Amino acid sequence: MNQSGLEHPKLERQPMEPRALKSIVLSGITIVCAITACIPLFSVLLMLVYRGGKRLSFQLFYTLPPGAFDGPGVGGFGNAIVGTAFMVGIAGLISVPFGILAAIYLAELDPHSKVSEIARFCAKTMTGLPSIIAGVFAYAVVVLVMGHYSAWAGGIALSLLMLPTVMLTAEEAIKMVPNPMREAAYGMGCTPSQSLTKVILPVAMPSIITGVVLAVARAAGETAPLLFTALFSESWLAPNNPTASLAVLIYNWSSSPYQNLIELAWAASLILVVLVFVLNIISRSIGGKTKL
Amino acid sequence: MADNEFLENADGKTLSKPPTPGDIFFDKSFRFLTRAFTWATILLLAFIVYKIGGEALPAFPDLGIKFLFTSTWDSSQNVYGLLPQIWGTLYSSFLALILGGFFGITIAIFITQDFLPYKIEIILKNIIELLAAIPSVVYGLWGIYVLIPLIRPFANFLHEYLGWIPFFSTRLSGLGLLPAALVLSIMILPTVAAISQDAFKAIPHKTKEAAFGMGTTRWEAILRVMLPAASGGIFGALVLGFGRALGETMALAMLVGSMPTVTLSILSPADTIAALLANTFPEAAVGLETSALMYAACVLLLITLIVNVAGAVIVAKATPGGDKR
Amino acid sequence: MEALEEVDANEAYENDLPTDIALDCKAERIYYSDFLAVRDSHVPIKKNQITGFIGPSGCGKSTVIKSINRMNDLIRGFRFVGNIHFHGVNIYADNIDPVSVRRNIGMVFQQPNPFSMSIFENVAFGLRLNRYKGNMQEKVEKALRSAALWKEVKDKLKNNGLSLSGGQQQRLCIARAIATEPRVILMDEPCSALDPIATRQIEELMVELKKQFTVAIVTHNMQQAMRVADQTAFFGVDISKGGRTGYLVEMGPTKELFENPQEELTKEYLQGEFS
Repeated sequence: MNQSGLEHPKLERQPMEPRALKSIVLSGITIVCAITACIPLFSVLLMLVYRGGKRLSFQLFYTLPPGAFDGPGVGGFGNAIVGTAFMVGIAGLISVPFGILAAIYLAELDPHSKVSEIARFCAKTMTGLPSIIAGVFAYAVVVLVMGHYSAWAGGIALSLLMLPTVMLTAEEAIKMVPNPMREAAYGMGCTPSQSLTKVILPVAMPSIITGVVLAVARAAGETAPLLFTALFSESWLAPNNPTASLAVLIYNWSSSPYQNLIELAWAASLILVVLVFVLNIISRSIGGKTKL
Repeated sequence: MADNEFLENADGKTLSKPPTPGDIFFDKSFRFLTRAFTWATILLLAFIVYKIGGEALPAFPDLGIKFLFTSTWDSSQNVYGLLPQIWGTLYSSFLALILGGFFGITIAIFITQDFLPYKIEIILKNIIELLAAIPSVVYGLWGIYVLIPLIRPFANFLHEYLGWIPFFSTRLSGLGLLPAALVLSIMILPTVAAISQDAFKAIPHKTKEAAFGMGTTRWEAILRVMLPAASGGIFGALVLGFGRALGETMALAMLVGSMPTVTLSILSPADTIAALLANTFPEAAVGLETSALMYAACVLLLITLIVNVAGAVIVAKATPGGDKR
Repeated sequence: MEALEEVDANEAYENDLPTDIALDCKAERIYYSDFLAVRDSHVPIKKNQITGFIGPSGCGKSTVIKSINRMNDLIRGFRFVGNIHFHGVNIYADNIDPVSVRRNIGMVFQQPNPFSMSIFENVAFGLRLNRYKGNMQEKVEKALRSAALWKEVKDKLKNNGLSLSGGQQQRLCIARAIATEPRVILMDEPCSALDPIATRQIEELMVELKKQFTVAIVTHNMQQAMRVADQTAFFGVDISKGGRTGYLVEMGPTKELFENPQEELTKEYLQGEFS
């Protein structure tokens, strides 16, 4: 007891006291949760490397899928790799100019008009479009009109999934260009399109490209949109015909009775995931900052 | 119509010139294009809805609203009902939300509430992001060959000893709601985590200071102050996660079993609208069955649209710009 | 809004400007949506002289100067009632292209804002924009010399403009603005983001520039106006009708304005009774 007759408050750490104990327990639970959440990723990656890696070889890239009577260890999916690349390429050619031009209008030329608000809402809504619906739409609009399945239909379905991402990230990227730079461009006597092409877009480009790369990564892995637009094929790329893709391959062969095909499905998954991860890493190094 | 001749009055000393006709033409065309594509965005969404709705219309007189409440899908008899799939879609997404939502929020707390040194925080964020990057068909493959064998013993244990509870009333033969929901929860975890992180980050620093200033332990501050403050955004995160789960196709098509039953048992196979479309569409009989499938697509579109718009609105209201705190 | 005798913006001017005036700004009313920002301000800008705009914050001096090169057009709800006589036309007339106006009137902003390009490209920007076909190196060097920046950057013309210090960036912006040799250069508080040494350099620069160009500068620093401006326009704030509307209180040769102000408000401001 000190002079004034009051007790000292207990200031030392007391880990066994209920409040502190509760805190430690909760922290423990949280750490366990975080670790648990990471487990699936490592499990998937491990399995891919283990089961896919067994079958990995250069042969996969230039051979066609095995026939019904081929023995184990035969075949590859070169056509699926080409098919994925081709259809994602088409999707990009459609969605990137579309998305960036619309984003320019939304971000720079007329951000507050009714049209812009509605278009922005539409783009945001489309980000939640189920991938199968994109496939159904492309079926109705391309396959039925053309009369047959094709890589074009697949590409168009994929572009529907890429478009909202490209548009919205491009809009953000353009808005992030600092205002003083914008004013300087206009002050020099640039027309709006000159301000955009000479000053604003170059500055926004890294972020726009980040968005595009992420959209491409997503499109490369999509299966549902291709199920009834491009179907699948056992031969090399013929754009006006059903076309193979890595994603549909994995889906088809995952439930196959043939061990050979299952092994190939794992190998294809490995390649697909590596591709997607590489694209993600590229997008991050271009963008230069950690998103999330 | 620009009159640039006034520059000719000049003493000729300046190097400035008015924009050339080429410049002006480029400017006008460029601006026109941007406007055109903005309109195109609106028209595109309208067209999607119109097209799918249009293809579904022929089914309406035959199937009507009954479609949503009956369970038989038989193409030989032209009888179609979507109830099991609607149930499966909602139930599987709900199950995924419970697990994925809980983990997502916990991780968001872990990342934003100063538990970790900066470097590890970045690593964790990246891991969660990469979880989102894995294509759903790969998750499906992993689910079939890794997850199902792994959980089967546990599932059978649940059925043996707790089978009287409706949730465990059937035997897990392989594909079913449980593995599908588990994979689905892994897939929506990053979404919930990301948006919840934003919600936590949006809390003004002074709120946190006030809590700690009162002498709370870290968890008291989190549970009593930070969570309530971020609750709007977190709710939005959950809604958007739910929306994402609703739209997910491949993992479900590969794991849920495609059995049109309405069941509470998480150990039973079931069906979802997206899986139905994926599995049935390619072989569908032209005519009523195709229209029925389009009708189903409409229902799915409607459900996901409503949930996603609601989620976006909730998130917008809860984060800075929309809220006055 | 009061009914005004609207000046017909498209009426052709009967006479040209008197030869000593580069630009005659008659701002009767300037609105941002419903807010009346400036009223009744007639500011003639004399050739080869520096005209300083001074006044307390909110007095509209920035608004007026940004109206001169039609920068305010970029702001929603902006409306300019009046006319600005520049080389035989009213630049607010319907048939005048603001892009052309801005090519003839240079602007330097409060925050240095070089483009994210090399130093050379920053200065050459205006030349390329105006499709200058002559010797680019020569003009870039000339502009950088006039901006007193040449010696410091001549060996690193390829470096990004943003890598320079604040004072250097502002001089780069000045070089960029003068490269095309515009008739009038506007400066909106060009030194407010700079340290005293950089400020001094820019002020010396301005005095040199006026030999070839006409300069109008907004400054919140009275002493700066005293040091560099030949003519000074003092703006005040009118709160008599409930809002805060800026207006030109008094204008004249700097020495006279500072030593012998005619208006009470001017006297009070110069004596530091408000700012």
